[in-house]
Amino acid sequence: MHSRPLRIALLTSTLLASAFAAHAEDVTLTIESWRNDDLSIWQDKLIPAFEASHPGIKVVFAPSAPTEYNAVLNSKLDAGSAGDLITCRPFDASLELYNKGKLTDLSGLASMANFSDVAKSAWSTDDGKATFCVPMASVIHGFIYNKDAFDALGLTPPTTEEEFFAVLDKIKADGTYIPMAMGTNDQWEAATMGYQNIGPNYWKGEEGRLALIKGEQKLTDPQWVAPFTEIAKWKPYLGDGFEAQTYPDSQNLFTLGRAAIYPAGSWEISGFNAQAQFKMGAFPPPVPKAGDECYISDHTDIAMGMNAASPHADQAKAFLEWVGSPEFATLYANALPGFFSLNNTPVKMEDPLAQEFVSWREKCKSTIRSTYQILSRGTPNLENETWTASANVIKGTETPEAAAAKLQEGLAAWYAPQQK
Amino acid sequence: MAQARSHLGRTIAAHAVLITYTLIALFPVFVIVINSMKTRKAIFAEPLALPGPETFDLVGFTTVLQQGDFFQYFLNSLIVTVASLFFVLLFGAMAAFALSEYRFKGNTLMGLYLALGIMIPIRLGTVAILQMMVAAGLVNTLTALILVYTAQGLPLAVFILSEFMKQVSDDLKNAGRIDGLSEYRIFFTLVVPLVRPAMATVAVFSMIPIWNDLWFPLILAPSEATKTITLGSQVFIGQFVTNWNAVLAALSLAILPVLILYLVFSRQLIRGITAGAVK
Amino acid sequence: MAARKPIRWHIPVFLAPAVLVYTAIMIVPLFGTLNLSLFNVNEARETVFAGLDNFRTLFTDPRWSASFWNALKNNTWFFIIHMLVQNPIGILLAALLSSPRLRMAAFYRTAIFIPTILSFVIVGFVWKLILSPIWGIAPGMLDGIGLKSLFAPWLGKEQYALTTLALVSVWQFIGIPMMLIYAALLSIPDEVLEAAEMDGITGASQFWKIKLPLILPSIGIISILTFVGNFNAFDLIYVAQGALAGPNFSTDILGTFLYRTFFGFQLQLGDPHMGATIATAMFFIILVGVCFYLFTIQTRLRRYQF
Repeated sequence: MHSRPLRIALLTSTLLASAFAAHAEDVTLTIESWRNDDLSIWQDKLIPAFEASHPGIKVVFAPSAPTEYNAVLNSKLDAGSAGDLITCRPFDASLELYNKGKLTDLSGLASMANFSDVAKSAWSTDDGKATFCVPMASVIHGFIYNKDAFDALGLTPPTTEEEFFAVLDKIKADGTYIPMAMGTNDQWEAATMGYQNIGPNYWKGEEGRLALIKGEQKLTDPQWVAPFTEIAKWKPYLGDGFEAQTYPDSQNLFTLGRAAIYPAGSWEISGFNAQAQFKMGAFPPPVPKAGDECYISDHTDIAMGMNAASPHADQAKAFLEWVGSPEFATLYANALPGFFSLNNTPVKMEDPLAQEFVSWREKCKSTIRSTYQILSRGTPNLENETWTASANVIKGTETPEAAAAKLQEGLAAWYAPQQK
Repeated sequence: MAQARSHLGRTIAAHAVLITYTLIALFPVFVIVINSMKTRKAIFAEPLALPGPETFDLVGFTTVLQQGDFFQYFLNSLIVTVASLFFVLLFGAMAAFALSEYRFKGNTLMGLYLALGIMIPIRLGTVAILQMMVAAGLVNTLTALILVYTAQGLPLAVFILSEFMKQVSDDLKNAGRIDGLSEYRIFFTLVVPLVRPAMATVAVFSMIPIWNDLWFPLILAPSEATKTITLGSQVFIGQFVTNWNAVLAALSLAILPVLILYLVFSRQLIRGITAGAVK
Repeated sequence: MAARKPIRWHIPVFLAPAVLVYTAIMIVPLFGTLNLSLFNVNEARETVFAGLDNFRTLFTDPRWSASFWNALKNNTWFFIIHMLVQNPIGILLAALLSSPRLRMAAFYRTAIFIPTILSFVIVGFVWKLILSPIWGIAPGMLDGIGLKSLFAPWLGKEQYALTTLALVSVWQFIGIPMMLIYAALLSIPDEVLEAAEMDGITGASQFWKIKLPLILPSIGIISILTFVGNFNAFDLIYVAQGALAGPNFSTDILGTFLYRTFFGFQLQLGDPHMGATIATAMFFIILVGVCFYLFTIQTRLRRYQF
């Protein structure tokens, strides 16, 4: 029962187990992913397109819930039962896997030439020599609003902070709508859709982010405290009991037409399109003063790499070449409006809301979330601390200055450039 | 006369307490089930209203049933649960009997050793367990789950069963020994029937974490053919889910089978308690 | 000595299946994990023996120890609520159910046990719904009886969230003490109760004077099961509040702290060595509790039996 050849045979058969329909000579690749929402898109659109042009390779998309993905994936990789293709989280989570030898260096793939260094930065070693995942998409932050509500109240999308609060005041005074749909129960919304959404306008995008990494700026500097001061002012515009409002609660409040503005990430677009019965628009984070340069968070979010232990390296690479191709970029961006392709080839998108988001790339400078690269490598983890801090600041249980001071103290506890 | 009245009063009070608590226990289940059959607007507008002709909508169920083979998931859960329970009860009762019946060197130590397992979450051993299953070629099989759940259920089963077995009268067993019964016969024909209520209790307690476990199905057997119903319904409750019709329908579908299973077991359980009670 | 007595083969035969399965699938992997707590990874990515350094970090490093004590404090409160609410109510329900002439006992018993069979996923989801300020079931019901002002977004407030979740957990698990006590009450010999009735001890005083002393061992078992269950608890908090156990770590218990550290979370990478250290600490806490029960409480309870 436990003889070695049999063991190998069984091992292979496990990888094949989910593909009982495949022909014996076909190779089956399994994709590990946290995007269980995309299951039908992969099954109905993306995989058939690949299989049509690559006979002999079958692909199975096997997602797990996003909250468990990291733990499940790491356990499976350690034990050797993970799928051939690994959906990559940005930065350190994937870098760690590469350093442990779990992901293959993909720098040699021909389709890597289709991506800029910025696009690849989230899945490259610190020195940029090796890239281990093929970039798939980025997500852009901003605010989605209920166009019907804005029309009814005679509002126009705000461009400055002052206008933003004027709009919120008007919605609140009217009373028909909750001005803004956001809760702090799950904490990450406060950080991701609050702090990281509006922050780049204050710390000047890449300039501030890189200065923080180099240790030239501190989280207690005014440009880093200001976003906290701003989101602290949001509290009166959130719904009753926002402290216990969860992420799905917020989404439902907005799509049911009960809230006027939704601090958003572009990944919401397809879900909102399906559920909202009203017209929607979007505006980028308002700048502090009229005439200020605008910055947006255009965050490299998702990529795909190859399990170094995969027995089907050649087929997996063929799949990854396809993921890096313009054909995939077009298919993916249109199947999932709001996940913007990182491919150099311009992609034509049909969705008007997605077009609106992507148009900001023309007029504003792009950056990525400040906490993701390098700074969340130690303990305490800056990203997780930022979640708690942002939620506390919005609830008013911590002042912006105190929250920033705590983050700085935590970062300086382990990060050498911040200890000077 | 006065005694009769106070008795009546006591009965009414007892019913009042029990009815109140029954309502508290059932209310949340009621909320899920009624809302799973309503339109999305109605779920939010009148969460407590029963589905009416205007608000009745089974879109959630159709979505869920299109996405996965819930019947297969249910079968998988059933096979895993029943097989694991069988082994937990058999092995657990045998070990509990050895520990409570015989004096031998290391008895207490063995008891403590078997109890260690209830002190550490088995989840911590995940990587080593997974490695073992990969080496044995058991990944994506129900066998892997059955093995893990058997191991996981044993400590508690031994712990509870040995408490009960200590109460079985020695006279009976000694009578059996005088009649020339082997220790195995004594165990299977005299002791096991007497501890049936305890075994039914252990069965119900062990069944719950097995049926509802999400972690090991996710790690050891995530393939479509071996998915359990808890894992299958979890697909709808991830972080990015707003389709509440589907979520509520999936939850209802996950509740119903275990409810039926419990109602069946529950009869057995009570029959066991009343018929075989150690009196 | 040994030569005089034949080896009693039936003892190993009875023990073997349980011991083998349990050792191979549970003990070996678990101790492999706990063993990690004695090691660490150095700058060169090599695993090196660290002795008790990890424990020193856990208890003396201000960040680690603050998290640990916070989790332990919350966990203790979680346990206290279960002991004060779950077990007394469970005993009360069992006592009511076991009264001989009660009608519909089967229905009550079945209904009250139903929450216990639900998965954490369902329990977390439905209670979040009911308590949600948006969905309005709890606020609506309080409004109906004129107590709207009592409503607060409990799960989002640091001072209420843990207690709320502990009560949800009580709601879910009350069936277990109820069933165990019920079984114990049913197995009280009829002669004992008849003798008591002859002496004129009936009703409530019969419960306190006769039944309660007889079911004390079962109460001991449910207490220790509650203790072990609570200090291993994880799923409900995780499902309701996420791995960061918000708001502001106010619902963080040892299980969530361990999960976050061992498996990592979001950008935080898993740290098996510190995770194993926490697990070992948890293991010792539970071990101390169980030994305390086995060697002091249980032996004393035995003495009062029959």
